[in-house]
Amino acid sequence: MFMKHFRLIIIGGGPAGLSAAKIAAESGVKSLIIERDFKLGGQLVKQTHMFFGSEKQYAKTRGINIAKILINDVEQNINMITVMKNTTVVGLYEDNVLTVLQGETYTKISFDSLVVATGASEKFLAFENNDLPGIYGAGAVQTLMNVHGVLPGEKVVMIGSGNIGLIVSYQLLQAGVNVLKVLEAAPTIGGYKVHASKLKRLGVDILTNHSIKKAIGKDKLEKILVSELDDKWEFIEGSEFEIETDALCISVGLSPMGNLLSMIGAEMKYISKLGGLVPVIDHHHETTIKNIYVAGDVCGVEEASSAIVEGYLTGLLVSERLGFRHKDFDNLYDDYNSQLDNLRSGPFGVRTLEGLQELRGERNVK
Amino acid sequence: MRIKKHPILEFGEQTKIHFTYNGKKMYGYIGDTVASALHALGIRRLSDSIKLKRPRGFYCAIGNCASCNMVVNDVPNVRTCITELEDGMIVKTQEGKGNVYETF
Ligand SMILES: Cc1cc2nc3c(=O)[nH]c(=O)nc-3n(C[C@H](O)[C@H](O)[C@H](O)COP(=O)(O)OP(=O)(O)OC[C@H]3O[C@@H](n4cnc5c(N)ncnc54)[C@H](O)[C@@H]3O)c2cc1C
Ligand code: FES
Repeated sequence: MFMKHFRLIIIGGGPAGLSAAKIAAESGVKSLIIERDFKLGGQLVKQTHMFFGSEKQYAKTRGINIAKILINDVEQNINMITVMKNTTVVGLYEDNVLTVLQGETYTKISFDSLVVATGASEKFLAFENNDLPGIYGAGAVQTLMNVHGVLPGEKVVMIGSGNIGLIVSYQLLQAGVNVLKVLEAAPTIGGYKVHASKLKRLGVDILTNHSIKKAIGKDKLEKILVSELDDKWEFIEGSEFEIETDALCISVGLSPMGNLLSMIGAEMKYISKLGGLVPVIDHHHETTIKNIYVAGDVCGVEEASSAIVEGYLTGLLVSERLGFRHKDFDNLYDDYNSQLDNLRSGPFGVRTLEGLQELRGERNVK
Repeated sequence: MRIKKHPILEFGEQTKIHFTYNGKKMYGYIGDTVASALHALGIRRLSDSIKLKRPRGFYCAIGNCASCNMVVNDVPNVRTCITELEDGMIVKTQEGKGNVYETF
């Protein structure tokens, strides 16, 4: 059977995948990007807020505009980069072969090297009736509003006060939705103070030591039952109260999406500071399976800024291994590593650094 | 419900397209997914859980959870949250695991 072959395949057209393809192209390596959505950009396409970080990673630019820049870089380069959208990678096998699903058709494609940049998925929360329509992941609410201009509901409750929960709450207000409460199980707010104060100024109550006990509704969400938590995170009997709401937004963190890597038997390690199960990698971002590399949230949940730089770095290294050394390799290599060090020097970056040390035993670089 | 005014985003004049949902004529806009168009029309229940028939709606929006699976143009198990809406699409709620013979 005739099988298509690419020197380099990149799974995932988010910031990490797009950046890897760009640098690979600059190094002289043709690549194929496979993306399951009908558009490129990953998580970035729904982020209307301005990014923090440094200028090199487009700080002060809105996520949606960063996505446009990255997508444009790739689409400008049709001679070097092939893009397959509406295509999901469903299988990854030894001998450098993967299976993709397009509509109802399964096809096998082979590669010399592979970069897995599948990102992360939102964590779920266990409570009674958590499957009622009207209960969404925070990312899904962002997609509905910021990509499609559709409102998730009229009265929203947010669960989780990390940066994503806070940012999405603010975006809900911008779209004209009433945010009733932000519930946080921990005793303190998880995200940056600036974001929390912005919400408080607009009259949104952030309730710490509180979580949801159950959702109530027939065919869709109508109410939730909320309870206070004690210092052991147990519900306090008698503290329950109901809130009428038609949309509940769950933002309790992301976990890396490394299923394909598990499938092929790459060594994985559970590191809570990196968001969950992550692949063990060396200094070249190569997993324990030869020729299979990773970049972005799939190897530790961080930010778009670091996903972009990791993508560049991985693209640089993969190309070199394939025999195509970028003409500015040394400078770029040092630059990307120092950018990553910088990004990981903030209060949240420390967690990543510690997670990476746990994963790697010693060094700071992924 | 759609956003009317937004401080950052411009949704502007959008082009209407039509599709059917369980036989009824519906509309959405170019750029919608099947799921976002249904949601905008107030349709929250997209599928039923296979065993207990519990209602399921839009959840992850990235094609990861199968909560939005429907039959689109006779193809079952289509993740409607990552499927772009097209003019003339035939969208139906799915019975159980979806019948593969529908496609032949
Ligand atoms: C609400 C929110 C706010 C954020 N705010 C910031 C911020 O202010 N600053 C910042 O730096 N970062 C921010 N981030 C984080 C940032 O968006 C992510 O860290 C970044 O997008 C990760 O990039 P990635 O390329 O690794 O993954 P993603 O962007 O998740 O891209 C992965 C891509 O892979 C595709 N894919 C997955 N599996 C498959 C498969 N099997 N086959 C084919 N394709 C597949 C997906 O469809 C997706 O397009 C925020 C995130 C969220 C959700
Ligand atoms: S909502 Fe999760 S797959 Fe569509």
